[in-house]
Amino acid sequence: MNRPEGYLRRKWFNRLMLVLCGCAAAITIVFLALILGYTLVNGISYLNLDFITQASKPVGESGGGMRDEIFGTFILVGLASVIALPVGMLAGIFLAEFAGPKMASAIRFSADILAGVPSIIVGVFAYALLVRPMHSYSALSAGVALAIIMIPVVARTAEESLRLVPGSQREAALALGISRWRMILGVIIPGATTGIVTGIMLAVARVAGETAPLIFTALGSAFGVQGLTEPIGALPLQIYRYALSPYSDWQKQAWAAAFLLVILVLGINIVVRLVSNRRKQ
Amino acid sequence: MKNSEQATTLLPGTGDKRAMTRPRVGDIIFSKLTLFFALLIVLILAGLLIALNIDAWPAVQKFGLSFITSTAWDPVREEFGALPAIYGTLLSSLIGLIIAVPVSIGSAIFLSELAPEWLRRPCSFLIEMLAAIPSVIIGLWGLFVMVPFIRDPIEKWLGSNLGFLPLFQGPPFGVGFLSAGIILAIMVIPIITAVSRDAMRAVPATQREAMLALGATHWEMITGAVLPYCRSGLIGAVILGLGRALGETMAVTMVIGNSYNLTPSLFSPGVTIASKVASEFSEASGDLYIGSLIELALVLFGITLLVNIIARLLVWRGISVRGGGE
Repeated sequence: MNRPEGYLRRKWFNRLMLVLCGCAAAITIVFLALILGYTLVNGISYLNLDFITQASKPVGESGGGMRDEIFGTFILVGLASVIALPVGMLAGIFLAEFAGPKMASAIRFSADILAGVPSIIVGVFAYALLVRPMHSYSALSAGVALAIIMIPVVARTAEESLRLVPGSQREAALALGISRWRMILGVIIPGATTGIVTGIMLAVARVAGETAPLIFTALGSAFGVQGLTEPIGALPLQIYRYALSPYSDWQKQAWAAAFLLVILVLGINIVVRLVSNRRKQ
Repeated sequence: MKNSEQATTLLPGTGDKRAMTRPRVGDIIFSKLTLFFALLIVLILAGLLIALNIDAWPAVQKFGLSFITSTAWDPVREEFGALPAIYGTLLSSLIGLIIAVPVSIGSAIFLSELAPEWLRRPCSFLIEMLAAIPSVIIGLWGLFVMVPFIRDPIEKWLGSNLGFLPLFQGPPFGVGFLSAGIILAIMVIPIITAVSRDAMRAVPATQREAMLALGATHWEMITGAVLPYCRSGLIGAVILGLGRALGETMAVTMVIGNSYNLTPSLFSPGVTIASKVASEFSEASGDLYIGSLIELALVLFGITLLVNIIARLLVWRGISVRGGGE
């Protein structure tokens, strides 16, 4: 059989490039394995009961934990969700159900741009909006900063899930004579619950690990959780502070905190994806 | 957006027309309520721009355009300039992209064109997990695991073998532009991979079949049919990654060394806009100092805004040309 000229060269070049593509995918996964592996192994070895049940200790005293920071993270994420969920949901409903094409694309564009604003800038905004006028770092300002990060994510996923509800369901509901807002609340939203909850949980997972917007809004607190208008500690913030500190005791605690945070964030991600994949099938 | 027209036209259109076309009070209130919250998104974006401008004003007024070109950063004498931070931001993102783009496009080709069905989902899942890891944890890993590795084998090797280039001169610190670039690469690979994989999946199968029918090898099919077809989507993906890299804060702050430097050496510690703001903001005092940091943030905001708008337009166009086929 006559091979065309350059056949072998082309064949081997083809193989080489395809193998390189496979290697590229492997490299990505190796990075994931390295980061997760170090975090889990180091984290477990430094994690103990005190870490979860004790407050942090000042420099020089060994021991102590991150009880208050763990609590603080939950408060901040809760606060952000309380603000962002209604705003994001209603904006998503508007985009899916009421907006005209031009209005929808303008708002969608704004949401996408807002989602792309670096989180540190959102932190500066919350500082200018709340910390400066109130003359105090506060849990509230941090919650608002995280909410601003959540809102576009929630709005866009809510919109997309609402759109997936079949038109026949709308028509059936309207044919029964109910008003559109009752139809949306009573038929469309329940039909889109899985998608909406998925989006919300992924947004929660994302802000739970956000650090940059907390540095000059939440600030961190050595006195535990005191109230919404006072500074507050958070797990990611403490990882940052302790990792850059020169004390090996603190660095170990940073690994333990990273372990908890990874479990929290990736845990949410994995569960959400498993559930939504099963529903899809 | 089409639902509204659909819903009204599909109502049984007989009998009392007025009852059908007259909107109900509840609907008006509800639609206005949702409109308000949708507009709130636009308002937040506008508020961001206005608030940053107001708070940056003292610095804008004092330094004017020289803020961009000055290399000073002296809180005691109140002289501030942004050039090293802008340089560091662009340099670290550039290093990040140089590493990330081939790896991401390769991974995307693997996921979209090569991987067997049973391997696709788990691989995509793992790459999405990499995107989900909080940046502070990647920074922690970078600082304690990656930086020592970069300092000893990698920078020493580059220094002794490629040391004639200004890029690889100077003592190997570990922390610096190179580490920041590698960390950024790790962080943007999942984004570029996911978006370009979607762009490649949108290429109609007929394009591939036509190329293969001409006798092309698999690789020639990819470079000849798939990649040109989704070019704008791929460029959009890369620019989207760039937007993320420019604004990435925590991981970079932890590995770049935070020193206000303007040198060509990649080994040298440096600073990015985001890392400068992150590391100094809570200790800054005085309107001018804070104003300068906020003006830095404003510069970053401007750059990322531009980059994100371009990326959005490209990705949208890339997806809207998606034809039939699959």
